[in-house]
Parts: sequence; structure tokens; C-alpha cells
Amino acid sequence: MSATVLEGKNIVRDYHVGGGLFRPSRTVHAVKGVSFSVDKGKTLAIVGESGCGKSTLARIITLIDPATSGELFIDGNKVDIAKDGLTKEMRRKVQIVFQNPYGSLNPRQKIGDVLGEPLLINTDKPADERRDLAMKMLKKVGLGPEHYNRYPHMFSGGQRQRIAIARALMLNPSLLVLDEPVSALDLSVQAQVLNLLADLQDEFELTYVFISHDLSVVRYIADDVMVMYFGEAVEYGSRDTVFADPKHNYTKTLFAATPRADVASIKARLAKKKAA
Amino acid sequence: MPLLEIKNLTVSFDTAAGPFMAVQGIDLSIEPREVLAIVGESGSGKSVAMLAVMGLLPNTATVKADRMAFDGIDLLELGPSERRKIVGKDISMIFQEPIASLNPCFTAGFQIEEVLRFHMGMDRAQRRARAVELMKLVGIADPEERLNSFPHQMSGGQCQRVMIAIAIACNPKLLIADEPTTALDVTIQKQILDLLVGLQAKYGMGLIMITHNMGVVAETADRVIVQYKGRKMEEADVLSLFEQPKSNYTRALLSALPENAVGDRLPTISDMLFEPAPSVAGTEPATGAAS
Repeated sequence: MSATVLEGKNIVRDYHVGGGLFRPSRTVHAVKGVSFSVDKGKTLAIVGESGCGKSTLARIITLIDPATSGELFIDGNKVDIAKDGLTKEMRRKVQIVFQNPYGSLNPRQKIGDVLGEPLLINTDKPADERRDLAMKMLKKVGLGPEHYNRYPHMFSGGQRQRIAIARALMLNPSLLVLDEPVSALDLSVQAQVLNLLADLQDEFELTYVFISHDLSVVRYIADDVMVMYFGEAVEYGSRDTVFADPKHNYTKTLFAATPRADVASIKARLAKKKAA
Repeated sequence: MPLLEIKNLTVSFDTAAGPFMAVQGIDLSIEPREVLAIVGESGSGKSVAMLAVMGLLPNTATVKADRMAFDGIDLLELGPSERRKIVGKDISMIFQEPIASLNPCFTAGFQIEEVLRFHMGMDRAQRRARAVELMKLVGIADPEERLNSFPHQMSGGQCQRVMIAIAIACNPKLLIADEPTTALDVTIQKQILDLLVGLQAKYGMGLIMITHNMGVVAETADRVIVQYKGRKMEEADVLSLFEQPKSNYTRALLSALPENAVGDRLPTISDMLFEPAPSVAGTEPATGAAS
């Protein structure tokens, strides 16, 4: 159970910004030496504001972009896509769910084809088998077989996010990267999707890397938390230690900025207002 | 006299499948210097109701109300040209997507000064001075420099500050903020909320906050209206709403907050609404509500 699925050592990613006639080229250090490891069936949450490098890190973990330097291990095997390329097996193991369910589904593709496509590309399963697997997956994520022949625009945001999750799960991945999967959703739909993610994690022993800027969601779903600030991991530890005793100033700012919806803080605010 | 008074507002849209009722009989009033929050999920009609007040709905919408009055002026009787004199001056609105709601072809300064030219009839020098003053007020560093920036040269938080500057340029009596912080990071969200509430207190505006974030409600509002599918579910002052939510829907919303999670699963709205309700919403004191 405690097998390490994902491990990163000192991961660095630089982007070169090309210069123009009068502008010298420069290098942007998006991720500056981040290390982490996630055990099977656990969730690592990466928190930070926009521009802190969390999505860049997600792309490296998902094997979309190579890291500039550093080592990435998946299931104990070292992966370097810059040198060795990517095998179908690796592609199967790691999947991603993006933030915006409206942008990540092809509007001209039926849901059945959306779900069948990963199988079509990565396996040689015949059409009827692909169809059966897609139907099964639809049921798993709380949709029905009647949704098989519909187009993405016929679905609500929460349903589309379910479809995106279903697509990611079609190849039985061991690692799922969730890039802000619920931040575009309403509160109640967000709760449903989070429940679905928790159920699927139990059922398939999935490992999640959960990227978010919403601390209340992170507190609910994460086992370990990493706080990123300008490309560096300023805080990394188990959920309870990070939430109980934030060390870095940025983490404290983040906690202070999160709106609090409890009666005590409302009373404090109203009392302050009256005094002013 | 209430600043804005709405009685029995209905908005319907003509669609191919017949009229669609987006807002069904909403009553609402806000006093001067009050912060009212309207909470609901997408599709609850919270934005549509406010767009009806502003007169910004498309032609396919039919707006009906027993009464819709702003500061004693009947908005239902108002012609387009008279309405334009009020909208943007006495009532103004901030939208959700700051970068999308600014015009990409013009500088921030031009867009702030446009309001001043139209509503206040200021000359060029006065407008420039007021624009700099406004930029300072909303907390933008180097205001003179920034007036010449285009929206794409600024961050989301800065664009929202420019939107706020435009909205408060003519000292409005009522400011409507439609999900002003949804597209922003938590740290920026905090700054923008503090700014809005600070300005509201300083100039004694009425402020309507439209949001789906219970945290934002808890941080800003005096009074709260909860809307669901175009109907008003509950209206209460902020403390009693969180302490003793009366309707099932409010209770469901509060318990869907991840920080209120008990055990492994989050209760969802459908769990709460479609189970046999213990009583009609609003007649029974809250028991076992999320605290």
C-alpha cells in the first residue's frame, strides 16, 4: 500500500523568452527545484496563486512537457521524456483533468467517441469492446447510457467535468493529475464532483495530484499539501501539520485571505463595523 | 425610503421551446448604506434580476414587476435616454470577468474618463485629475503611468480595480457587484473585497453583492437573500442566516462548504432537497444545521 507512485527530485523548468531586435532574450524560472513524493492511493495537493508554477509542474508530472533538470520517477522508474520519448505504457499510467470543462471537450465529438478515443489510440480493442467500456465508465461517474450519443454542449458544467474525469480514467491510470478540477463549478456541483473523486479513489486505488488555489477544498481532499510561491515549494508536509502550523509567511497570508464562513468570524466583523 | 425597491419581479426569455422564466416573483429592497448579498448557484436568476434593474437585458427578455423604483424614480416607466442618465451614474455595476469587461482597444484612462465626460460634463483637465484621484483611491500604484496602460498590460486584479474606479467615478448611490472576485486568486480576492467594503463605508453607498461563495457573504454582507431557480428561498440578516438557516436549501448550501464536511462525504444539494423534507421551508427552527 505504501508503494511510492510518483516522486520528483529537484525539478526545474525554465522558459526562454526570445528577444526581439532591441530586447535581449531572458529566462523565466517557472519551477525552481521542487521535490515531492506521493504514495499509492494518496492525494498530494499543490496550492498557490496564478503564476506560481503549479500548472507548469502539472504538465511536467503529466509528461506533457519535459523538466529542464531534475529527476521524475513514476512507479519507481525514472522517466525522461526529453531523452527517451514517451511509451504508450507511460501515457496510460498518467492522466490529467483540466480546469475548464467547457474548453477541454471537443464540441463536435459525441461523448461516446470522447471516451472511446483513448482506447482507440492506445489499445487495439475492437469497437464493440470500446463501446462497452465507455458505457461502464459513464455509469461509474454518475451518468447514464443515454448520454452516450450526446454532444458536450448538451451537458452542464458539472456533467462535463464528470465526462473529463471519465475520459481520464478510461485507460486505468495509476496517477491522475487534477488541475483545478472544481474551481469553475458551483458550490453544490463542486461537492458532487469532490465526492465522485473520493469514491473513484477508493475504488481504483488512484493516486491524485490535486492542484487548487482553494484552501477549503484542499483541506477536505488532501493527504499532503505543498504550497508554491514564485516557483518554489515554500511549505510541504502532511495536511494537518501545514494547516495547524503554517511556517512560511506566504502560507500565513494565504490562510488569512481565505474567506471564513463561520458564525464567530461574522460576529467579529459586525462588532468591528459597529465600532468604526 | 429604500434606495432600491423591487416588488414581484418576473423576467422571462422567449426561447424556441416557449417562454423561460429566469426570475419568478422576487421582492427586494435595499436601504442606503446597506450591504446586501444575493446568493445562489448559476441559473438561479441572481444576475438576471440585477441586469433587469440596469436595463441591460437583451430584447428577448420580458421584464414585469409590480414596482421597481430607484431612489423614488420608477424604473418601469423610464425611457431609454432617461435611463442612460441614471445607469452608470447613480447605479453602477461591476462584472465578473474584469479583463473581458474592459474594452481592449482603449487605455484604462480613456475608459475612466469616458464616464466622467458623459455624466459629469467635465473638461479635459478636470477629467484627468479625477481619473488620477480614482486610480489612487482603488489602490493602483503609479496612477499617472497606469492611465496609459491597455487592459492586456494589466493583471486581473488591476483590471478589476479599474472597473471599480469606473463604477465609482460619479459617486453612485448604489453599486452592484456581480461576482466581483470569482475570477481572482484568494489573496487578490481579499484585497478587492476589502476595497469594495471600504469604499462603501467611506461614501455611504448601497452595495449589492451577487455571489455564490458563502465565504464572501460572511465577509461582507449585512443582509442576505438566497435564491434558487428564480425564486427567493430565504431572506435574513447575515448572522441569523449562518446561525439558524431557515430554508432547507440554505442549509444544503452551507453544508456543501468543504470546511463544514463531517466524515468522508460532502452532503450535496440534491441529497438535501429531494429527501422527504421534514417540514415546509421556513416553518421549523433549524436543527442540526451546519455550524
